[in-house]
Amino acid sequence: MAFEGLADRLQSTIKKMTGKGKVSEQDVKVMAREVRLALLEADVNFKVVKEFVNKIRERAVGSEVMESLTPGQQVIKIVKEELTALMGGEQSKIAVADRPPTVIMMIGLQGAGKTTTTGKLANLLRKKHNRKPLLVAADIYRPAAIDQLKTVGKQLNIPVFEKGTEANPVDIANEAIEYAKAEHLDYVIIDTAGRLHVDTDLMDELNQIKTSVTPDEIFLVVDAMTGQDAVNVAENFDQQLNVTGVVLTKLDGDTRGGAALSIKAVTNKPIKFIGMGEKLDQLEDFHPERMASRILGMGDVLTLIEKAEATIDEKKAKELEEKMRSASFDFDDFLEQMEQVKSMGPLDELLGMLPGANKMKGLKNVQLDDKQLVHVEAIIKSMTKQERQDPNLMNSSRKRRIAKGSGRPIAEVNRLIKQFNEMRKMMKQMSGMQGGKKGKRRKGFNFPMM
Amino acid sequence: MSFFKKLKEKFSSTSENKQSSEKYQSGLEKTRQSFSSKLNDLMARYRKVDEDFFEELEEVLISADVGVNTVMELVEELEMEVKRQNIKESDQLKEVISEKLVAIYMDENESIPTLNIQEDELSVILFVGVNGVGKTTTIGKLAYKLKQEGKKVMLVAGDTFRAGAIEQLDVWGERVGVEVIKQSSGSDPAAVVYDGIQAAKSRGADVLICDTAGRLQNKVNLMNELSKVNRVIEREIPGAPHEVLLVLDATTGQNALSQAKVFSEATNVSGIVLTKLDGTAKGGIVLAIRKELNIPVKLVGLGEQMTDLQVFDPNAFVYGLFSDLIDAEAD
Repeated sequence: MAFEGLADRLQSTIKKMTGKGKVSEQDVKVMAREVRLALLEADVNFKVVKEFVNKIRERAVGSEVMESLTPGQQVIKIVKEELTALMGGEQSKIAVADRPPTVIMMIGLQGAGKTTTTGKLANLLRKKHNRKPLLVAADIYRPAAIDQLKTVGKQLNIPVFEKGTEANPVDIANEAIEYAKAEHLDYVIIDTAGRLHVDTDLMDELNQIKTSVTPDEIFLVVDAMTGQDAVNVAENFDQQLNVTGVVLTKLDGDTRGGAALSIKAVTNKPIKFIGMGEKLDQLEDFHPERMASRILGMGDVLTLIEKAEATIDEKKAKELEEKMRSASFDFDDFLEQMEQVKSMGPLDELLGMLPGANKMKGLKNVQLDDKQLVHVEAIIKSMTKQERQDPNLMNSSRKRRIAKGSGRPIAEVNRLIKQFNEMRKMMKQMSGMQGGKKGKRRKGFNFPMM
Repeated sequence: MSFFKKLKEKFSSTSENKQSSEKYQSGLEKTRQSFSSKLNDLMARYRKVDEDFFEELEEVLISADVGVNTVMELVEELEMEVKRQNIKESDQLKEVISEKLVAIYMDENESIPTLNIQEDELSVILFVGVNGVGKTTTIGKLAYKLKQEGKKVMLVAGDTFRAGAIEQLDVWGERVGVEVIKQSSGSDPAAVVYDGIQAAKSRGADVLICDTAGRLQNKVNLMNELSKVNRVIEREIPGAPHEVLLVLDATTGQNALSQAKVFSEATNVSGIVLTKLDGTAKGGIVLAIRKELNIPVKLVGLGEQMTDLQVFDPNAFVYGLFSDLIDAEAD
């Protein structure tokens, strides 16, 4: 299952034709095929792909690519631009009703993540917009769906309106709004039951709720892993209910998420939020450009850089770089750098944003356990000042002491020292390469132990 | 005898076959309609077999989520076949296409994959999968099915993470009339499963079905947790778990392959349950999984009713996919 990113694919295609000097129309055709495959592999709907590739081909045949010295990059650039444009501007606004409460309906297939998203959305409204939301349990069909929403409400300390499984969802929704008015709550988020878009009875029910409560927003919740069927689902729900926005869930997985593109292209409805984890604060704004990179398998470098910039102190980074170059990097620096990385978020999440990280063989076996970081920290902190500054001091009695002090097995201490020494060696080599091809490394942006 | 005739004959020969293929046909209504009509449509539009024809054929297959790699290989094989047999007109290709597709899944000697359930001792079935694929619901349906077959079934609420998951399994336990072993939310799933095994042993259950929390396959910690659950089962009962069933949502795209691969690394996935195959779900991913990973699909969910869990019959599935074509040809 070789999920090569588009960048890799194009790179290898172009390698085959370098030396030709100019790019021919035939070459463009070959490149267009690569773009097509990359998008199909990302689960973008084939109809959307077809249209898209035609557009790319037209632009690529033009002077932009043909006369460029780096046709590969040029194609990627065009593809990314077009993708970003297609996915629209940033859209994370939520409607506000003239007279509260604002009513939001959450709809979608079974298992898309409606209930979790309902909770996340309420949390976001309260935290970011300072609102007072009410959760409404209108899923009377799935066993324990109401319990689930109640538990979520309890975790967030946000009220949940429910009437058990015997009541009619339309009545539940109406009474919930009355309740919100009485309690001065300004947002009502209705969690509806998951349903197939071809299930006419249940689709009718949604329509009845819609007519009865006239929601200000209807959010379609879609699993980012959805395949070719995503367009049919989105089209059907949109035709029958006229959705106002889309929430894409489970994007913290390793799916390329081509569904995002398909849905946008077919319904032209904005993707408002993305679900990035199981915790209730992991609902994020949608960034078209980042999604474009992801679909192309180029990794979410932007998010990563942003996170790094937010946490890494420029001055410290500079100092560190100096030290790396002069190979005087010691365990103290190692520790410091590690803490910076740690403050950026869970490691596996960070790694997921790196381009190609998913398929890198070497990384497959790296256990990205945040606990290991704690262990490393304990080991380093059990070293004396001198030992940290001069790793060459290490002998077996010192290692034994460190092992005892940190409560870690001596083998682990040995491994860390070995890794550290290797890293130092690598830094030395890299600093010799500065200005060369890899000269454009971001400052202070080297992961320890990887 | 033509290939289509053979297929048709095979399915009308026994009444049992016929019954199961009828169920598939209704469950797969949407898939079937779109798939065969698209194929027919393609044949009608392209009298000649050329490059454009193959590109559209690729699209028909991809639109059924057959999987890009599988499709590319298949089309390459077809292109070779066309050259070899000197096929010029698309009509002649219809049978070859179906034959190739069927060949991925059908094996003359292959029997319908059954669940590995022991006769006189406790069998443990572990359910794994990503979030929202329908693990708990499938467990409920399977418990019902096994109970109907006269087995004493017990369930373990191993999803201690998702809000409402334990309650959900509890409701199913009540509906079906089987006991559910559970602890409070947030407790260690391996410990709950351990309890379940002890309880099942002491109460002389035939089958113990373990639910686990949905997890995305790229979360290393959660996958490690799953391996631990698996190890606990292995340790307590030699030869267990007798089945590790990976539940896949039929609407999932290419990511299903990644799921199958990574979950197989963490546990010893012995079979796949394909859920939500009713809807407009394509189910083409069955072919891709078969071709690329060789894990058998053992059960399919064809609806929301307690009785809507079916043993997967690959022959009936393929027959269902092509039945329109087959009928038209064979008549």
